[in-house]
Amino acid sequence: MKEEIVIAGFGGQGVLSMGKILAYAALMNDLEVTWMPSYGPEQRGGTANVTVIISDEAISSPIVDTYDTAVILNQQSLNKFENHIKPGGTLIYDPYGIHHYPSRTDINIVKVNAMDATIELGNAKGYNMILLGALLKLKPIVSLDDVLRGLKKALPERHHHLIPANEQAILKGMSLV
Amino acid sequence: MNEDIRLMKGNEAIAHAAVRYGIDGYFGYPITPQSEVLETLEALMPWETTGMVVLQAESEISSINMVYGGAATGKAVMTSSSSPGVSLMQEGISYLAASELPALIINVMRGGPGLGTIHPSQSDYFQATKGGGHGDYRLIVLAPSSVQEMADFVGLGMDLSFKYRTPAMILADGVIGQMMEKVVLPEQRPRRSQDEIRRQCPWALTGKTPNRQRNVVTSLELDSALMEKNNERFQRTYKEIEANEVRFQAYDTDDADYIIVAFGSMARICQKAVEEARNAGVKIGILRPITLWPFPYKAIEDVAKHAKGILVAELNAGQMIEDVRLAVHDSIPVEHFGRMGGIVPNPAEVLNAFTDKFGVKFNFTND
Repeated sequence: MKEEIVIAGFGGQGVLSMGKILAYAALMNDLEVTWMPSYGPEQRGGTANVTVIISDEAISSPIVDTYDTAVILNQQSLNKFENHIKPGGTLIYDPYGIHHYPSRTDINIVKVNAMDATIELGNAKGYNMILLGALLKLKPIVSLDDVLRGLKKALPERHHHLIPANEQAILKGMSLV
Repeated sequence: MNEDIRLMKGNEAIAHAAVRYGIDGYFGYPITPQSEVLETLEALMPWETTGMVVLQAESEISSINMVYGGAATGKAVMTSSSSPGVSLMQEGISYLAASELPALIINVMRGGPGLGTIHPSQSDYFQATKGGGHGDYRLIVLAPSSVQEMADFVGLGMDLSFKYRTPAMILADGVIGQMMEKVVLPEQRPRRSQDEIRRQCPWALTGKTPNRQRNVVTSLELDSALMEKNNERFQRTYKEIEANEVRFQAYDTDDADYIIVAFGSMARICQKAVEEARNAGVKIGILRPITLWPFPYKAIEDVAKHAKGILVAELNAGQMIEDVRLAVHDSIPVEHFGRMGGIVPNPAEVLNAFTDKFGVKFNFTND
C-alpha cells in the first residue's frame, strides 16, 4: 500500500495541520510516512500545501509530481494540482469559492461542501477535520481510531479536551460522502 | 506501536538529539529554513534538565565566536544556520580549525547566491568541502538524507569532531530540515563533568588547574617555521580522517548500467527515480556520499568500472560533479543534472535527464 496525497488551500485553513494529523495517524498504525510542507512566506491568505506519503514500505522521495489523492480547498490550488492527479486517482474539493470546476474525466471527483458543514456544525476550526473525514471515508488508509490516537500524541495535554470536537467534525465529514 | 518512534521535522530532530547527546551549549541566530532548531531548543528548556546553555546571539558572527569560546574550554558546543548565515561564520570556522577545536556547525542550505531564496538548495557544497574560510583546512562534512540521520549525525559529528579535534559540519538542506518523518531519538546522556573534560581534553582551558602547564588556544603563530609545523599537523589529521572516516551508501549499484551520485534530499528523489527506472527495465543504481569530506572517491571509482555512465544530481549548477570526475578519471562519461534557486525537481525530471544526456529510453507501462 502506498498513498501519495497533496492537501492544498489557503494558509490558515488548516492544510498543514490536516496533513500532520494524517501523518500522526499513520504513525500510530506503524506505517511509514513523510510530511513535506510548502514552506516560506505562505501565511494566512496566501497559498499553502503539503505532501503526505503513507506507505507500508520505506518511502524514497518525499517529493512527487503526481498524486493518488488531492484535497483541494481553493481555486489556485485546483488550477495547480488538477493535472497532477494520477489517472484513476481521487480529487476531493470544497466548491466554496470555486468558479472554474474540475473537468478531468479520468479521475474520481468528489465535491464536499465542507464550508457549509462547518457553519452548520458551528465549529469554525473543525473545517479541516470535516475534509479529513471525507478523505478517510473515500480512502480508508488509516482508521478513525488511529486519527484519535494520533491527535492524542500530537496535541499537548492541555488541548486534549478538543479531541471530541475534532471527532465530531471528522464524523460529519464522513457523512458527507 | 513503538513508543520511542516520534514524528518530527529534521530541524526539530537536531534540537532533540543535541539535548540527548549532552551538548553543553548552542549559540545561534534564526534564519529560514532552520529556525526550528533554535525554537525547539527554547521550547525544550534543556537548561532546566541537562544544564545545556541555549542562547540566541545577536548575529551569526557572534554565534560562531561564542562557539569558539565554548569549544576552547573543552565543552561540546554547536551552532546552526542557513547559507547566508554560514557565510558570515566562515572566519570563525577557519579559526576553529586552526585552533584545533571541536565544534558542530549545521547548515540547512537555501538557494543562493546572496540572500537568495528560503527554499532548498545544495549550492554550498564547495563552501563546505573546499574550505569556505581562508587557509588550508578541512571540515568533516556529513550529509543527512532523512530525519533519522539529522538526529544521528549530531552525535556522530560531535564524536568525530572531538576524536580529531577539528570542527564538523552537518550539511543539510531545506527539504530535510522542513519535512517530518519517523525518528527514533538517541538515549539521554548526561553532559560531561568538569573532571571528565579535564581528563579527556588535556588541551582545554579549564581555569586554574594544579599540576599542569598553562594551555594556550590560539590560531596565531607569527613564527613561520612553527606555523608550517602547525599546518603539517593539521594535514596529518586530515590524512587520518581520509583514511578512516569515509562513509557512503550504495543502492542497487551491483548490476547497474548507470549510476546516480547524489547526496541529501536529492538522493531521496533519485531513489524514487531508480525505482521507476527499474520498473521500466533500466538498471540504475545510486551511490550516496554520506561524508562529503572525506569524499568517497574510491567507492565511486569502483562502481564506475561496471557502469556506462554517471549522472551527478544536485540542487546546484554542478559542484560535487568535480569530485566525481576526479574519482573516475574520465573513464566513463559523467554528466550533471541540477536545479537551482530553490527549485526541487521531481523523480521524473531525473529520468528525463538520463534520456537527454545518455539517450536512455524508458518503457513505462501504466500501473
